[in-house]
Amino acid sequence: MNVWSRRLRRFAIGLLGPVVAIGFALALSAVILKISGHDPWQAFRAMYDYGKTRASIISMLNRSIPYYITGLAVAIGFKMNLFNIGVEGQYRLAAVIAAWAGAAVKFPAPIHVLFIIAVAAAVGASLGGITAILKVTRNVHEVITSIMLNTISTGLAAYLLAAHFAQKNKPGDLIIKTKEIPESGWFPSLNGLLSRIGIELPIGSNLQGFIVVAVLLGVAYYFLVWRTRFGYDLRASGINPFAAEASGVDPNRMVVTTLLLSGGVAGLAGLSQVLGFFHRYTIDFPTGLGFTGIGIALLGRNHPVGIAFGSLLFAFLERSAQVLDLEGVPKEIVVIMQGVMILSIVIAYEVVHRLVEIQERKAVVEATHEAPPGMEVAAA
Amino acid sequence: MTSDGSAREQRPVAVAPGSIAAAPAVELKGISKRFPGVVANDDVNLVVQPGEIHAIVGENGAGKSTLMKILYGMQRPDTGEIRVNGEPMQFKSPKDAIAAGIGMVHQHFMLADNLTVLENVILGSEPTKGIRIDFRTAYDTISDLGRLYGLDVDPNELVETLEVGERQRVEIIKVLYRGAKILILDEPTAALVPQEVEELFRNLRDLKAQGSTVIFISHKLDEVLALADTITVLRGGRTVATVDPKDVTPRQLAELMVGSELPTPETQESTVTDTVELSVTSLGVRSDDGRWVLRDVSLVVHRGEVVGIAGVEGNGQAELIEAILGLHPVAEGSIELAGHDITTWPTRDRREAGLGYIPEDRHRRGLLLPSPLWENAMLGRQGVAPYSNHDLLTPAGARRATEEIIEEFDVKTPGLDIPAHALSGGNQQKFIVGREMSSDDLKLLVAAHPTRGIDVGAQAAVWDQLRRARKEGLAVLLVSADLEELIGLSDTLHVIYRGRLVATLDPAMVTPADLGSYMTGVRTQEPATEEAT
Amino acid sequence: MTLVARPPRAGGRTGSSTDEIEEVQSRGVRARLLRYTLLALVVVAILATTREITGADELTRSGTFGAALRLAVPIGLTGMGAIYCERAGVVNIGLEGMMIFGTWFGGWAGWQYGAWWGIGLGILGGAAGGLLHALATVTFGVNHIVSGVAINILAPGVARYLSVISFSPGSGGGASQSPPIRNVIGRVNLPFVAGGDLFGWRSPDMFGWLERKRWFMLSDVGGLLRGITGEISWAAILAIALVPLSFWFLWRTSFGLRLRSAGENPAAAESLGVSVYLVKYVGTVISGAFAGFAGAFLVTEFAGIYQEGQTGGRGFIGLATLIFGNWRPVGVAAGAALFGFADALQLRNDASVHAMLLAVAMGVGLLAAVAVFRRNLGMALATSIIAAGFLVWFLMSDTVPRQFVFFTPHLTTLLVLGLSRRRLRMPTADGLVYRKGEAT
Repeated sequence: MNVWSRRLRRFAIGLLGPVVAIGFALALSAVILKISGHDPWQAFRAMYDYGKTRASIISMLNRSIPYYITGLAVAIGFKMNLFNIGVEGQYRLAAVIAAWAGAAVKFPAPIHVLFIIAVAAAVGASLGGITAILKVTRNVHEVITSIMLNTISTGLAAYLLAAHFAQKNKPGDLIIKTKEIPESGWFPSLNGLLSRIGIELPIGSNLQGFIVVAVLLGVAYYFLVWRTRFGYDLRASGINPFAAEASGVDPNRMVVTTLLLSGGVAGLAGLSQVLGFFHRYTIDFPTGLGFTGIGIALLGRNHPVGIAFGSLLFAFLERSAQVLDLEGVPKEIVVIMQGVMILSIVIAYEVVHRLVEIQERKAVVEATHEAPPGMEVAAA
Repeated sequence: MTSDGSAREQRPVAVAPGSIAAAPAVELKGISKRFPGVVANDDVNLVVQPGEIHAIVGENGAGKSTLMKILYGMQRPDTGEIRVNGEPMQFKSPKDAIAAGIGMVHQHFMLADNLTVLENVILGSEPTKGIRIDFRTAYDTISDLGRLYGLDVDPNELVETLEVGERQRVEIIKVLYRGAKILILDEPTAALVPQEVEELFRNLRDLKAQGSTVIFISHKLDEVLALADTITVLRGGRTVATVDPKDVTPRQLAELMVGSELPTPETQESTVTDTVELSVTSLGVRSDDGRWVLRDVSLVVHRGEVVGIAGVEGNGQAELIEAILGLHPVAEGSIELAGHDITTWPTRDRREAGLGYIPEDRHRRGLLLPSPLWENAMLGRQGVAPYSNHDLLTPAGARRATEEIIEEFDVKTPGLDIPAHALSGGNQQKFIVGREMSSDDLKLLVAAHPTRGIDVGAQAAVWDQLRRARKEGLAVLLVSADLEELIGLSDTLHVIYRGRLVATLDPAMVTPADLGSYMTGVRTQEPATEEAT
Repeated sequence: MTLVARPPRAGGRTGSSTDEIEEVQSRGVRARLLRYTLLALVVVAILATTREITGADELTRSGTFGAALRLAVPIGLTGMGAIYCERAGVVNIGLEGMMIFGTWFGGWAGWQYGAWWGIGLGILGGAAGGLLHALATVTFGVNHIVSGVAINILAPGVARYLSVISFSPGSGGGASQSPPIRNVIGRVNLPFVAGGDLFGWRSPDMFGWLERKRWFMLSDVGGLLRGITGEISWAAILAIALVPLSFWFLWRTSFGLRLRSAGENPAAAESLGVSVYLVKYVGTVISGAFAGFAGAFLVTEFAGIYQEGQTGGRGFIGLATLIFGNWRPVGVAAGAALFGFADALQLRNDASVHAMLLAVAMGVGLLAAVAVFRRNLGMALATSIIAAGFLVWFLMSDTVPRQFVFFTPHLTTLLVLGLSRRRLRMPTADGLVYRKGEAT
């Protein structure tokens, strides 16, 4: 009873942060819209009306897949207090190499898909591994390494695509792209499944099957971090590496494992597009997913459910912003909204965290009639 | 310690009414300060005469530090009056106290390692020409202060290269530089070896001779009796007596401090057996930059035995502990735990083979502060039942085990889900001791400063637990800076100096003064060999 | 980090000489300057040798060095700014975002009022970003890296939105770029050394003359000096002047001392009456202002307009120079010069980029020799392999792919950080959240 009421309270307090932050972001965007001469209410209204159509929901789900995966990749690192800012480079290089490798081989359907996934994970993991090795052996901060690796892998991806992987285009086709992956390497959409349970999608809408992989990754992440000893070691190292080390955790091995995992997951972020949409890597492949993923991990407090909400929210904002141009409102307001949300959420969490801390100390003092730490006083 | 040879210009506490003596340097009247649930100071009265060394003694938790923080403007009293040189004062921050001529030397030094002595001293009160710092004036002022008070330290030196005694001199210069005539020193001898204490006392007497007033906080009675002109005793947040050191014996003073019974860490009859649990042979450890920090260390701990390591901090104790735990690589020699050669084992295997560890710094090595207690209980045991089945955690079992620790070791907490940082220091320490000792197959406990910084009650509880475990056959390696704790608990005592064990002593026969001379290298037992550094 | 190098101990003990302090101070600075000068000479020697072997004359032309200087300025400014906040204990990964603010406001004000106004408003825009970072990290205690990343995500959004509402289609700008700025900032040739005008009289062009002589080493040094003294913009001169100025401010004034103390031991600083929060705010705002200047510089000196994505990760490179400049101004300037040079080569021609492979092989080979000399076998092995790799690459190829050149600076950073033997000393309390009242 007591435990449950406390859990409920903690849950409510946990929600406080995001609610405040989203509210603040909405309010601030409303002010900005107002100042630049638009009607915020009408804009939000239009976004909501457009966002709730079935086509929008499918699009939102599809958009949220890469966000969710990058969010998870970042969160794995965060849980150990490691900042894998290199997700951006990891998924891009992984996508281009996996697309090329997928087009170069021919396997039966499920194996072909698994092969492409494995290649992508391996590429992402090896970039994460470079970061880890430099950190462990040369004490180079992972943020610096991964920032540098982002540029290097972006350049490398561009080079590989242009110089080695590009198919010969028909005259007039200026888009540089890899060869198409044979159909055995495509990830089936969920349309069939949906229509079997009575949901018919509008023409041209496809719910990408890769969403299943994303959900499975989320479940695996939760299980690994909160239910296994490895996860305990990971969290302990993130909270207090020195105490974790004294408890028997090998810090270097932990860094390497975590960054390999984080990089491996990051490598999968582009695959929903490669396997379910483009069936190849093209020059107009989406960029910036990695940085958005950092924001989403922060928004979701590194929790798989929170990250899901974060990625759906971002996907919703982007999809529904499409309608703003029709309303004569610059749709860029959404980017500001996202940025403000991230910044205000980290502030809101910090404030809530401090409030909770004060509460807890009070609870201890009340329960034990003892002085809290930091005040050397006599017991009454 | 030397007796105070200087002329006693100290007055009796009850100044004759109507005497036109100078106003007291500091006068505190009816000071009270409460924190939620506790009274730190309760109607404290204190009179400090100008030009005297006034000691404030009391146990941990008697309210000494709170009182001094009030006098230094770091905390504000709920009631009461502060007068400095007769003037009533309202201190809002240390700045006000500094302006009134009060300076404080904190127990934990407040120095920036990567700045020079000069920069540390002038920080916040820089002499300037325009907006440029006037380094020449600063240098001269500091040199002059050093010469005047015999505080020998080079202004251009980086603080990180200084030793403890030198750092303390920098702290004193900092205070003098700000023109303080009233110096508060909070437990200044805590980190010093006896020889450094002597030098500090010389400095303090020089200060007194130059007309400064010194308030000296301590719980070490021999020091207080050797140095002070007047002693005020605090107990339970109240002033219980103000005495002249000439008129009291150490015994009387101790009784004033603790009220009635004196808790001592004395062990009873020996429980040492013949079974060797830990055997360290010719151990050598190098620091990260390749210097030898531990050389040729051999020791044995039996079942039911407490082996104490005495030494000035920084002589290799930390490295010895880290080598035993597997946190620092061993360069030569071997370590055996319960018959297994564990020299190259990873830490996890050592812990699972029955190695417990009470760390020196519980916040750094011992706790996950923001995590709930039941997750803290797993730390170090996360791979074994009841906390996990090696790979998967078993939270229900972990919670049950945590409840047992809380119950058995009397940890005061409202529940298992409270984060560790919310507990008081004493309860955190009891929790760690409980966690480390609750394992069924514990063979050896490495305890580093197990009662540092906790209150008297918790200290007694920790000693009781150590004694009980020893009786039940636990082997304990005890590293401590508290010589009485070492002498009282240990069955065998080794002294470590410059990375070597230089003496093995019988705790029943040794005095703290003897120990001190081994610890500082003044005396050695074994023929001197080449230096470990 | 030490204001004063360590003097011989005995001297300090007996020391009553009042000149000692001044002398000791300048000795430390002089030693470091000498070291960097030597380093520069070694680099030029390698370049000169490479030029002789490959015939890639562009390597040491004054034009290359001039471009290198211009390209180094934004990176160096950002790194220099980072010193202010990191020395105050605030890690600022949001510099990239602040630089974006600088480019936008630089472009907008440059278009509206002129180039110098662009610089001014760019500085203010960056400073506003710094203020935001200070608010989050200092007042609200948010993790510094998290706040910085959030700013980096926010800034492009704000810039884009502002562009949409400010640059109407008729103005020549749009959602991703501004209309051209009104004018450019003046350039000058320094007199005597680069043939600048002095009251209407054309002074001799000494370094230019030296460069044209084509003497080994001497002409290469001439090219270097001519490059950084000729056709130099007043904005660049201002930026370069900020290097010694920053050093003076941080290491010689009382505010600088307080700022550094906040990054070393904030609790101690507060106990002495230093307002740690204020100092951290000032440091962070200054860092934002520097980044804003860097952004505006990109607008006024390169593109002439604001463009989306103009910063191209230079804020991050600025951070990298901070680290291998060991949190010191001259070190940062040296790092920025390195990046600027790599950038400049890429813009000039393919042959010199290819020649750089040889130069890198020689440089790393030199490191290998040093490692052997110091009997550091692991390092010697690693560096020898890398040097050999570059040499083989040089011999087996004729050009270097464009995309590789693009990330050369980043690869260099990783190599330097991975191979450097130097002990880097970051401020002790850097990146730690400080809460007032911890001084108890």
